[in-house]
Amino acid sequence: MAPKPATTAREMAQVETIIGRILQVGVIFSAIVMLIGLALFLVTGYSGYEGDFVPRQMGMILAGTWQLKPYAIMMLGVYCLILTPVLRVVVSIYAFYKEKDHLYVAITTLVLIILLIALAIGVKG
Amino acid sequence: MIHTAIIMLAVGIFAGIAGAILGIGGGMIITPILTLGMGLNIKYAIGASIIAVIATSSGSTIAYLRDNVLNLRVAMFLEIATTIGAIVGALLTGVLDPKYLYLLFGCLLVFSGWNMYRKLRRGSEVLQRVEPDKIAAKLKLNGTYFDKAEMKDIDYQVENVPAGFSVMFGAGVASGLLGIGSGAFKVMALDTFMKMPLKPSSSTSNLMMGVTAAASATVYFFNGAILPGIAVPMALGILGGAVIGSRIMQVLPARWIRIVFIPIILYIGFEMLFKGLGVHF
Repeated sequence: MAPKPATTAREMAQVETIIGRILQVGVIFSAIVMLIGLALFLVTGYSGYEGDFVPRQMGMILAGTWQLKPYAIMMLGVYCLILTPVLRVVVSIYAFYKEKDHLYVAITTLVLIILLIALAIGVKG
Repeated sequence: MIHTAIIMLAVGIFAGIAGAILGIGGGMIITPILTLGMGLNIKYAIGASIIAVIATSSGSTIAYLRDNVLNLRVAMFLEIATTIGAIVGALLTGVLDPKYLYLLFGCLLVFSGWNMYRKLRRGSEVLQRVEPDKIAAKLKLNGTYFDKAEMKDIDYQVENVPAGFSVMFGAGVASGLLGIGSGAFKVMALDTFMKMPLKPSSSTSNLMMGVTAAASATVYFFNGAILPGIAVPMALGILGGAVIGSRIMQVLPARWIRIVFIPIILYIGFEMLFKGLGVHF
């Protein structure tokens, strides 16, 4: 057990504010990427790919983004949006570590591992 | 193409506003509009909807973080259950007959309508008496929140952690399977089972939605259920709508908004049920 009763409310509030900031930046960044992709798609009227094809492998999305293909940029934006909550988990691990709350470092790391397993299943499936 | 994008943007704005005001992930509104209204395959609708949930959750979490009522430890601990559930749910969607998805969705909407009605009838918050709980103490789940109405810090304890954990797993499955935030189930687990006060319950559940949705969204992303032409304008609409919604909420009493929405949600719920049963009018 920690010598002081868990952590003080103020410390937790600080951690939560930092996490909020990071989420905010993540959401705004992905919104900008999606917006650029959508604008490009509407202006050119072309997805960058044949027919209804949607790029979903990371390599293809990144290559497509480099070539300014609208669908690739849009998918990149969606992917960044999906990653924002994951980023929150990563930051929380660090925050609990700073608080020397080893139990919650372990619990939060477990959540991250589960999210990585989801990623692995998605890529394989 | 431009046509679809504009419609999706509008759907997103509407869902974002409704989601922010009603405290539902937006997914419950999006899937019916996309399937019943626009005839989209339910699997793509679910894919778009799960992205909507992340957009709504990430947007509103910021407001709740400033309110300082959520319990990060409870959220993280229970996310173990919701994320595993979400993966299971997302994998099930791929193999299940769409008919069952419609049926489940219909039941869910009817349940949510009932749940909103129940909330309407519930009076002001009463702190429930809770027995000291060993697991909760060990996991440091008990917390404090600042109540704006009463202008003071309120300490609370939680109990029944295993039951809450199990309900959270179910909430995760529902979220992954149907592309919803399943906020109602999460609040139920926290508030009814673990006896957490309502305010920290709803903001903690909101925070959990995004992480839960991220687990199933990665599965959907790579298996092709997310169509950028639909998901992107909709997500952008939601982010905008959530901002507008949180402004409206400060002026309009939530009670009236609920009264308006309950019949709509019930109606859509029955419509989805009929579609699942193959009944046409």
